[in-house]
Amino acid sequence: MKQDKLIKAILMAVALSAIGGLGLITLFIFKEGLPIILQIGVADFFCSTDWSPGEQRFGILSMIVGSVAVTLGAMAIGVVFSLGLAIVLTQFCPPKVAGVLKPLIELLAGIPSVVYGFIGMVTIIPLIREYVGGPGFSVLAASIVLGIMVLPTVTSISIDALNAVPRSFWEGSVALGATRWQTTHMLLLKAARSGILAAIILGMGRAIGETMAVIMVTGNSLEIPRAITDPVRTLTSNIALEMNYATGQHRKALFATGVTLFIIIMALNTLAMAVSRRRVAGGGNR
Amino acid sequence: MPRKLVRPFILLSVFAGLCGLFSFGCPQDQRKTVKVMGSTSIQPFAEELGREFEAKHPGRKAQVEGGGSTAGIQALADGLADIGMCSRRLKEDEADRFTPVLIARDGLAIIVHPSNPVDDLSVEQLRGLFSGSITNWKDVGGNDAPVRIVSREEGSGTREAFMNLVMGKTRVARRAMVQASNGAIAAMVRSDPSAIGYMSLGQIGNDLKTVRVNHEAPTAESVLAGRYKLARPFLFVTSGKPGPDAQAFIDFVLSAEGQEILESEGLIRVK
Repeated sequence: MKQDKLIKAILMAVALSAIGGLGLITLFIFKEGLPIILQIGVADFFCSTDWSPGEQRFGILSMIVGSVAVTLGAMAIGVVFSLGLAIVLTQFCPPKVAGVLKPLIELLAGIPSVVYGFIGMVTIIPLIREYVGGPGFSVLAASIVLGIMVLPTVTSISIDALNAVPRSFWEGSVALGATRWQTTHMLLLKAARSGILAAIILGMGRAIGETMAVIMVTGNSLEIPRAITDPVRTLTSNIALEMNYATGQHRKALFATGVTLFIIIMALNTLAMAVSRRRVAGGGNR
Repeated sequence: MPRKLVRPFILLSVFAGLCGLFSFGCPQDQRKTVKVMGSTSIQPFAEELGREFEAKHPGRKAQVEGGGSTAGIQALADGLADIGMCSRRLKEDEADRFTPVLIARDGLAIIVHPSNPVDDLSVEQLRGLFSGSITNWKDVGGNDAPVRIVSREEGSGTREAFMNLVMGKTRVARRAMVQASNGAIAAMVRSDPSAIGYMSLGQIGNDLKTVRVNHEAPTAESVLAGRYKLARPFLFVTSGKPGPDAQAFIDFVLSAEGQEILESEGLIRVK
């Protein structure tokens, strides 16, 4: 019993220090970043597109637009493939094949992001430049690369959501004469809706926070993109690109960029938790 | 102690003991270290110099790190480095506090894709291209293709040198693409037929095309003679009088041998 208590105390300390770490990071980012947002003015910081640190002008609107554009693009590509994969793997494919495919997809999550970025740079960008136009470094390139990067997250959570729908639902539907596909899109997708939505939101969090791969394929220009073939800069790449050289106000402004990113990601995660908690009545999975 | 824990405990102590033995067995690095930090443009040359320096002076060690010109001077101010590497002129407040030593000069090369027919541009044309007022290559005698500008990020010494030497008060167009190193700029221009960028002359490979500026090709000779205008100083910056270790490294860099290394790597010697 004594040993139990000891172990419990140790585990508790480990858990609390993890949370403590999160707390300290939050505190530090806000301490460094918040004062300069207030000093510049909330409206000027968030609504100006003029980012020239050399002249003490810090407006991050183009980066916010950039992050949103790249994330939406990534989700448009990622969700179609992930959802398709999840449906195929749970409904239309022999369990043996699914047993091989699923770990393979999860393996994608283990590839370092710099590798994705490099592949994007040497293969996708020349293709876009040649066949779609523009410089290649673009919202489109980032969307494709990030779309692939969010695949494992969105697919595996969607699979869990689909598997959590009680078997009796499926049996009932098939017994009524519905085909597999009718059952899937009229019943299963609806029953698993909240879980799939949570998967998509978590995927968004990953896409918006990705840095290395994005720096390598977006071109990092400061202008708000007018087309998907235009280059763009995201919040994350702004921090990573300029952190090395930044001092004084510039450095603080990069922390303020971090504050913005932090708030967006917190909001997305909270949303994901709220959505996944609100299950369809009778969904069965808690 | 509970019985179950005894064995892991013994194993752990043996492991810890072995670790201690190994770390004790390895001789500590007793060499006198000079810490050099700053511009990523100078970094590869300083690393090369550092290797030769260590070979020539056993008992001394040069530890070279990048970070950027501004970061190097910051590190100097914070006492984290003995020598700051700076690839631009010192700003006024920096010149008041620190002592620069000119170790070499570097040209700033304007690079385009090898297939680009344009091979001579004036400084005014460069300013037009990079500020975004010239948007098509045919306006400067090239193909009918849009100009894609590639620039360095805010704070980089190469960017600051380019701003001083070419742009003056004009700003680089906001649609310019931005990369954070000489290597990334080279990769971008190498892959895009309509791109134009600038980078350190010392780090140019042979698969890039450099443009003549005001009819002068960027070579060591033309920079040294002062004919090629886009040249910048490479500085070693110290805080006051350098210590003996830092002084030894600076002396080596300025010696005939050190200067020859810099020259063979593509820079322009000053001694």
